[in-house]
Amino acid sequence: MCLGLPGKLVEISDDKTFGIVDIAGTKREVSLMILPEEVELGDYVMVHVGFAISKMDEAQAEETLKAIMEYYDGDDIEIQG
Amino acid sequence: MEMISRFRDKDIVKLLLENIFKETETDKIYNIMEVCGTHTMSISRFGIRGLLPKNVRLISGPGCPVCVTSQGEIDMIFELLKYNDVIAAVYGDLMKVPGSDGRNLLDLKAEGKDIRVVISPLDVLKLKNEQKKGVVFISIGFETTNPATAGLIEVIVNQGLDGFYILTLNKTMPEIIDILLEDKELNVDGFLCPGHVSVMTGESLYLPIIKRNKAAVITGFEPVDILYSILDIIRQINCKNFFIKNNYGRVVNSIGNEKANGLVYKYFEPADSIWRGVGTIKNSGLKIREQYKYLDASERFGLHPSDKLEIDGCKCGEVLKGKILPNKCNLFGLMCTPENPVGPCMVSSEGACAAYYKYEI
Ligand code: SF4
Repeated sequence: MCLGLPGKLVEISDDKTFGIVDIAGTKREVSLMILPEEVELGDYVMVHVGFAISKMDEAQAEETLKAIMEYYDGDDIEIQG
Repeated sequence: MEMISRFRDKDIVKLLLENIFKETETDKIYNIMEVCGTHTMSISRFGIRGLLPKNVRLISGPGCPVCVTSQGEIDMIFELLKYNDVIAAVYGDLMKVPGSDGRNLLDLKAEGKDIRVVISPLDVLKLKNEQKKGVVFISIGFETTNPATAGLIEVIVNQGLDGFYILTLNKTMPEIIDILLEDKELNVDGFLCPGHVSVMTGESLYLPIIKRNKAAVITGFEPVDILYSILDIIRQINCKNFFIKNNYGRVVNSIGNEKANGLVYKYFEPADSIWRGVGTIKNSGLKIREQYKYLDASERFGLHPSDKLEIDGCKCGEVLKGKILPNKCNLFGLMCTPENPVGPCMVSSEGACAAYYKYEI
């Protein structure tokens, strides 16, 4: 039950309290009631028991991967996208 | 999603493992605790324990909300259904958790009790037209889930809906982390901090950890997330330089989700709560504020938890406190399996015993 799943916002209600997210091909209704950030269509949100709890930040994900690669000191490594 | 697939990248996993091996070429034992059931599951599912050097030990902590709910609290659900003709709405994980008489909610459902599995607390509202004496939402969870229950209450209050009640078995993390830190027998050097709890709390929750010279690294749930954070914990221990590191910045910010917390404390106040295998911990749970008491199922139906902490023979309490691995319980894999669970740690999809049984034997 505690599982959080990342979903892409494909619909947002006019009053911005609800949305539809696409989670790995499955569409689900999601409440935007407790989401602190503004969101737009196409944004990724972390979904937990039917509520979007956080907007996902792609730039931060890149930062993490970049920081990890600082451990690397050898030959070329192929990172698959 | 491309972002996620790269957090499963084999080459990055290999790179991280090489560095973990390099940093741990000593006699030292590194004891690392994960305080989140989803981490427990990921560690088992991706076989991370087996990839690590022998002197890096991963210990499961009290991270599954179903598992930490005391037996007395679980029995309240059975009491509720025994004497009242209500609809009980529960998360699926609760269906197989045994009550003290050995039966579970699936058995009760088969006997005709009206029990509905919901994915979100808001699903409860769909039962509006079916109310008999009432719909009771059985609310379990930690910081991540608590705001969702508050969200349900907000809708009930704003729309003035009748016949909905909440049984709050919710718990909060800071107090149990303090108890783990106080425990002299438990020798943990660093914590993998729960990613989704941190979305709500921000980083300050882990200050007591670093104040005691233990590492605290917030992490996500993919193999790269977990290995990178294990490496960071090892480095903090090696350098004796302890700080809160957020490796899950793509989801967690430093201050937490104030909007969600605001909603939680609009409807709830801290209350004592009973933890499986631990007992009553002051202010480690939530109760509905006086003003909204009419929504509180324990008030409405006169429910009180007994002080029973766990089922005889089950060692969930010891497992949750990180004292033993699940396979050290005498019932593990024999009397107790996911098909026939004795305790909640074998039932829940995030339980440590279930994770071990499914992936590590
Ligand atoms: S194996 Fe079963 S009985 Fe033993 S601690 Fe785990 S859940 Fe309890």
